[in-house]
Amino acid sequence: MQRRNFIKAATLTVALAAAGLTSLSALAADTIKVGILHSLSGTMAISETALKETALMTIDEINKSGGVMGKKLEPVVVDPASNWPLFAEKARQLIAKDKVAVVFGCWTSVSRKSVLPVFKELNGLLFYPVQYEGEELEKNVFYTGAAPNQQAIPAVEYLMSKDGGSAKRFVLLGTDYVYPRTTNKILRAFLHSKGVKDADIMEEYTPFGHSDYQTIIAKIKKFASEGKKTAVVSTINGDSNVPFYKELGNAGLKATDVPVVAFSVGEEELRGVDTKPLLGHLAAWNYFESIKNPTNAKFIKMYKDWAKKQNLPNAGTVVTNDPMEATYIGIHMWKQAVEKAKSTDTDKVIAAMAGQTFKAPSGFTATMDPKNHHLHKPVFIGEIRPDGQFNVVWKTPGPVKAQPWSPFIPGNDKKKDEPDTK
Amino acid sequence: MIRRLLILLFCLVPALPVWAALDPALVKRLAADDSDAKIAAIQQLGASGDRAAVKVLKALANDELLVAGDKVFLLDGETAVDAVSGAAIVPAPESYDTITINNRIRAELSNAIATLRLLNPDRAVRLAAAQELQSNSGIEMAPVLAKALARETDTEIKHLLKLAQAQANLGSPDADARLAAVQALADDATPNTRNLLLPLLDPATEADARVRTAAKSSLNLIESRLAVGETIGQIFSGLSLGSILLLAALGLAITYGVMGVINMAHGELLMVGAYTAYAVQGLFQRYLPDYIDWYVLAAIPVAFAAAGLVGIALERSVIRWLYGRPLETLLATWGLSLILIQAARVIFGAQNVEVANPSWMSGGIEVMAGLVLPWNRIVIIGFTLFVLALVWLLMQKTRLGLFVRAVTQNRQMAGCVGVPTARIDTLAFGLGAGIAGLGGVALSQIANVGPDMGQGYIVDSFMVVVLGGVGQLAGAVWAALGLGVVTKFLEGWAGAVIAKIVVLVIVIVFIQKRPQGLFALKGRFVEN
Repeated sequence: MQRRNFIKAATLTVALAAAGLTSLSALAADTIKVGILHSLSGTMAISETALKETALMTIDEINKSGGVMGKKLEPVVVDPASNWPLFAEKARQLIAKDKVAVVFGCWTSVSRKSVLPVFKELNGLLFYPVQYEGEELEKNVFYTGAAPNQQAIPAVEYLMSKDGGSAKRFVLLGTDYVYPRTTNKILRAFLHSKGVKDADIMEEYTPFGHSDYQTIIAKIKKFASEGKKTAVVSTINGDSNVPFYKELGNAGLKATDVPVVAFSVGEEELRGVDTKPLLGHLAAWNYFESIKNPTNAKFIKMYKDWAKKQNLPNAGTVVTNDPMEATYIGIHMWKQAVEKAKSTDTDKVIAAMAGQTFKAPSGFTATMDPKNHHLHKPVFIGEIRPDGQFNVVWKTPGPVKAQPWSPFIPGNDKKKDEPDTK
Repeated sequence: MIRRLLILLFCLVPALPVWAALDPALVKRLAADDSDAKIAAIQQLGASGDRAAVKVLKALANDELLVAGDKVFLLDGETAVDAVSGAAIVPAPESYDTITINNRIRAELSNAIATLRLLNPDRAVRLAAAQELQSNSGIEMAPVLAKALARETDTEIKHLLKLAQAQANLGSPDADARLAAVQALADDATPNTRNLLLPLLDPATEADARVRTAAKSSLNLIESRLAVGETIGQIFSGLSLGSILLLAALGLAITYGVMGVINMAHGELLMVGAYTAYAVQGLFQRYLPDYIDWYVLAAIPVAFAAAGLVGIALERSVIRWLYGRPLETLLATWGLSLILIQAARVIFGAQNVEVANPSWMSGGIEVMAGLVLPWNRIVIIGFTLFVLALVWLLMQKTRLGLFVRAVTQNRQMAGCVGVPTARIDTLAFGLGAGIAGLGGVALSQIANVGPDMGQGYIVDSFMVVVLGGVGQLAGAVWAALGLGVVTKFLEGWAGAVIAKIVVLVIVIVFIQKRPQGLFALKGRFVEN
């Protein structure tokens, strides 16, 4: 009797263990792969590395709370090294070889333009987390950053307002590629519509990775002394911002005289800069770390803990910024859409994305537009504080709907507010 | 008499109010949501001449003025101090908001604080305040300025105050006051004055014809002085760029120019120097935080040694086997550069690292109105001269230099008379690499420090050496300074992108016409 019992028990244990093992291995094979496509080296690493970390943190958070449809997410991280053709190669590798369900990635518009054909050809899904110039609406892309009417236009309107200093002359300063050129084209048309003449607009471009801003600062100083209040709109991208702001501080150009508003500079880019001389220079975003609300406090704490756990360089001083928030929103919205569609199939997820909402760290609920693949987001304008954070000095009362086709570019009024679905 | 004065003084000191009560309504308006209301309150507090207001306004400027319910207060250590009375609030409010300000309010605040400080007994404080008032003085400040001017005895402050008063009077409704103001401002050749006077040329804004003509002549004076400053500024930035190019290329002028090694890993030797500066900064932060401002000086010899040792290692292990085979050297050193970049990525991470300017290299010196020369660039120009002098002495006055020159001119002959050519090669290569390390320290102060920073300088460095004439240090100096100044003038005229292209085209055309470079080696020079 006893012996039989023992055999029974033993068989049961073995059977259970075997079942457990198979189910475990089944679980291990049954993950959902997601691609992360951010430059971890080169000129854009200063901005994009933090996005990779945010994506990994968010995936970890989702996995801890049960994954997506009971499956764990498995991140596949690649480094396109600030090299635009390499972005396309790596995107192809992610979709075709690693078979990822979705890709979170890109910062510069030139990298996004470079991967677009790959996503269209292989019917992949890209979540793009950075503010950009608009003029694009692709079925395979969700844009969780700002369109021009959610960042650039309100910022320039603010500069022209009484509180922004009633600027009458504008320097449009950028890195030489598609995003600054297109944004400045839109801004020029917008300024024309406000009665600003071409003589009062100066446009300047520098190559990627430019590090000598002496001449440009001298030019801005001269332009600013020609009789009207001048403001600078900076679309400089990547690590060029560090020498630019250093030179700005050293040259003693104060924000009360010539304010500089930046569209690609946030808390992360200013980490390596002494911000005391930059007091009062501005940035326009849809999120700042200094915004006070419980969701944001949780988000900041989560990232700080993550940085400590992962032992990131300078983990004690990490900051959060707008594209990180957009990455966070994007991953969560994708998760919600997959759960709604009950599938990771690209077309089904795209359909389920319409109208998704998520309570964002900005303190507002971000909504995915039913049609145009962009988020409805609030706009904030902040001034740099001595500690490298931003004081919000202006904000919209609520979320703003994105206009990817700027009304200030001729011919755009005929374009549809939704992507072609073929 | 003296005793009486002393007694008077002693009576005065306690009599000075520690904190005279401010107008509660005004203080409350500082916390208003509307910027116009805030500004009105700031201007009134500024014009009140009440010294207690300085503390409140300063707190507002530093984001330290807080509001809880209808109480406006600031924190003095742990205790909350009421902004109106200066009395401590017990218990301190638990939740409060900071009153945020924007640039417009900040400008008004600095004016208001400066006006209040004009009444300070300390000359230095008054002088700083008068300097602060050199921009944005509006007509509402004219009465305060007149009052301060009447009391002022110091000539320098008086002069500054007169300029500030003239600025304020530009907005006066009285045409004579405006005329006097415009004439007074001719003395003040700053971009700001130019900005103020330009609108007065327009009949739509300035009705009085006399003021318009006066403004025109004042402007002409100012503009000619500003133009001088601008040209000096351009030459300075050209020299600054030139000195950086020279530091980057000087090492290459020795290894390529003198030894004939096409070293594609030269940029990475710069990187080694820059990362050494970063590492030394880290050591100072950890072990000598009191002397952190001087880490750059300590980094100089360390970077020279580090880059020099890397250079010697490269020469011993790879390059010495490839002398006289330029194509193989080119490929091998290119491979070495990739290895060095990857090594930096593994050790320090792929992201740029922060190398901070020490405080004595931050900011700038205003040499004339509208022309600020940044300290870091001035220091780098000086450093370049120092390195140049060192290299010149080494090459011309030492035995090692003599041997290097001998090997350059005729390797076989030098070998025959007993020069140890192999050792000289190693030492010269190490010297070139060490100088690149010094360049790296300088670069770390103005550019980003990352694993692939060297790639951006390798083309420029070769350009300098080839343009200057291979084998010539003097040629490299002239080529670097020339390229720097030309680039900066082109940038001012056509923008950074076009300037880069034009400079390349100029160099190519020049090399086509004169393949030997600016300075050709003369004399008994033996090829191969």
